[in-house]
Amino acid sequence: MTTADLIDKIVQVVLGIAVFIAVIGLIMFLVDRAPKKARDFVQLIAFLAPALILLAIGLIYPAARTTLLAFTNNAGQWIGLDNFVWMFTQPDALITLRNTLIWVVLVPVLSTVIGLAYAVFIDKSRGEKYFKALVFMPMAISFVGASIIWRFVYEFRQAGDPQIGLLNQVVTLFGGEPQRWLQEPPINTFLLIIVMIWIQTGFAMVVLSASIKGIPTEQIEAAQLDGTNAWQRFRNVTLPGIRGSLVVVITTISIATLKVFDIVRTMTAGNFETSVIANEMYTQAFRAGEPGRGSALAVVLFLMVLPIVIYNVRILRQQKEIR
Amino acid sequence: MTSTTPNAAMLRPQDAGADARVEDTAKAKRVKRRLTSRTATIASLIIAVLWTLPTFGLFVSSFRPRDQILENGWWTIFANPGFTLANYQEVLLSASASSPQLGAYFANSLSIAIPATVFPLVLAAMAAYAFAWVPFKGSSTLFIVIFALQIVPLQMALIPLLQMFTQFLQPAQEAVSDTLPFIPTSNFLQIWIAHTIFALPLAIFLLHNFIAEIPGEVIEAARVDGASHSQVFWRIIIPLALPALASFAIFQFLWVWNDLLVALIFSGGTEEAAPLTQRLAELTGSRGQEWQRLTAAAFVSLAIPLIVFFSLQRYFVRGLLAGSTKG
Repeated sequence: MTTADLIDKIVQVVLGIAVFIAVIGLIMFLVDRAPKKARDFVQLIAFLAPALILLAIGLIYPAARTTLLAFTNNAGQWIGLDNFVWMFTQPDALITLRNTLIWVVLVPVLSTVIGLAYAVFIDKSRGEKYFKALVFMPMAISFVGASIIWRFVYEFRQAGDPQIGLLNQVVTLFGGEPQRWLQEPPINTFLLIIVMIWIQTGFAMVVLSASIKGIPTEQIEAAQLDGTNAWQRFRNVTLPGIRGSLVVVITTISIATLKVFDIVRTMTAGNFETSVIANEMYTQAFRAGEPGRGSALAVVLFLMVLPIVIYNVRILRQQKEIR
Repeated sequence: MTSTTPNAAMLRPQDAGADARVEDTAKAKRVKRRLTSRTATIASLIIAVLWTLPTFGLFVSSFRPRDQILENGWWTIFANPGFTLANYQEVLLSASASSPQLGAYFANSLSIAIPATVFPLVLAAMAAYAFAWVPFKGSSTLFIVIFALQIVPLQMALIPLLQMFTQFLQPAQEAVSDTLPFIPTSNFLQIWIAHTIFALPLAIFLLHNFIAEIPGEVIEAARVDGASHSQVFWRIIIPLALPALASFAIFQFLWVWNDLLVALIFSGGTEEAAPLTQRLAELTGSRGQEWQRLTAAAFVSLAIPLIVFFSLQRYFVRGLLAGSTKG
């Protein structure tokens, strides 16, 4: 990168923001000078219109169009349900669906269980803040960064050579053969899932920890006086107290997992039977020149997310009513 | 349906200090005690170590000389000591065609993320104000529609949006720059607009919940004194909503900084516009064995999120929890 390139980029950003501010400023200026009679209406339009127009042309129209595209082939002709038939009959596409199901079962359950256990273990302990930061840290970094971190853990060297990947080092330590982990189905899918669990556990832990702290101390103390042990207190006091948060955590992680793309893209690009719907959607639509199939996959993704979101919203409303 | 989620509650003023209050009362009672039991201590230590070790290993490796990274594990660092900054120098500064040249991509990531945070923030705050304080017919219906848009995965919008950009936006940009040659065609415009659109539903929803709780008397008093809506918005709403704006800004900035999918589709993939994540993904694909570069490159991209994480943890956690369903 030369200095000229850098200056060019700075100019673009400054210019972009300047134009944006100028447009907003102009809108505000004109609105205040609108004729008295229509002023309220003009002001309303001025505040709402920019966002609404962007959403209409950038989200609502495209989503409708994608739904239509799902019923066309790569020449744009109407082919009915063929794309969906392809998805549910071709071996490769079936593997993609199967993997997505494995992801969406394992990631939410394991992240939540580990996050909850950790939150309970470190609750009110010395250095709780630092314990939390360590596990929450993966939430801050990109999925791409996380993928590189874990590719390094899974790195392979010939048997006999010193291993540089942590996993193979552990395996050889116990006398096993080093493996090319990312190229071995079906274990590679599970190794990718570990990366997602590694990221999402922090989220589960922070939300559940806050929820645990919301349980009245009196309840815990009363249970203690009754002579219950730690496990009984957890089962009968803590768990019922955080049920709402548990559901929210599980559904939220499920939604994130269904949409997972970057991890698969960066670690295997969906090869070696590791593809998932979000990755396959990108591959079909933008690499293989099959926008119809890509759209069909996007529609299926939407249909899978939909019930979880509705359930999530319902639980949140119930919680609100209870409070 | 409007203000029901704990997600939104994270941004609300009265809840903002809840965490702190809990911590304070805990401190006041001096209930600091040892971990629940020995097993729990060991289990939490194991989890903490397992969660930190992969990052730590990559971090250590990024400072090791090339031959050592490739020939022995980072855990043997004491047997094979070595320290170098050459990896970072190479990935950031080297101009040779075969090196990652991350400097340019770092600039791109910033050039994408700053406007893609400012634009949706302002537009969403305006819309949120209108929904909260300008009564009009159909207000709540329209708000629910926008709330519902959050469930549309952005995958649903990608293909048509790209088609529209190439059909209308690109020719328009070229026409503008032909007639007014001092305006360059921006390589970032598409990706700014895409990120702005995808951010709006969540941003409007969260900011509305915050702005709606600003005391009505303040706004009415200003209106009675003859202040216009735009004056109320800039002089009263924006200053009062700063905590929520900050949380959302941090979340959105990191979301854009960490994004790969939107970048892959709308950046064009050249060093003129592609962000760090895209370059990293490309490097892992084509040079997946050159760990001396990958380790350092990964940490170049992680630096900003980690700085934000450790310096603004409170805002960061709040923003992140509030936006966790985005995408």
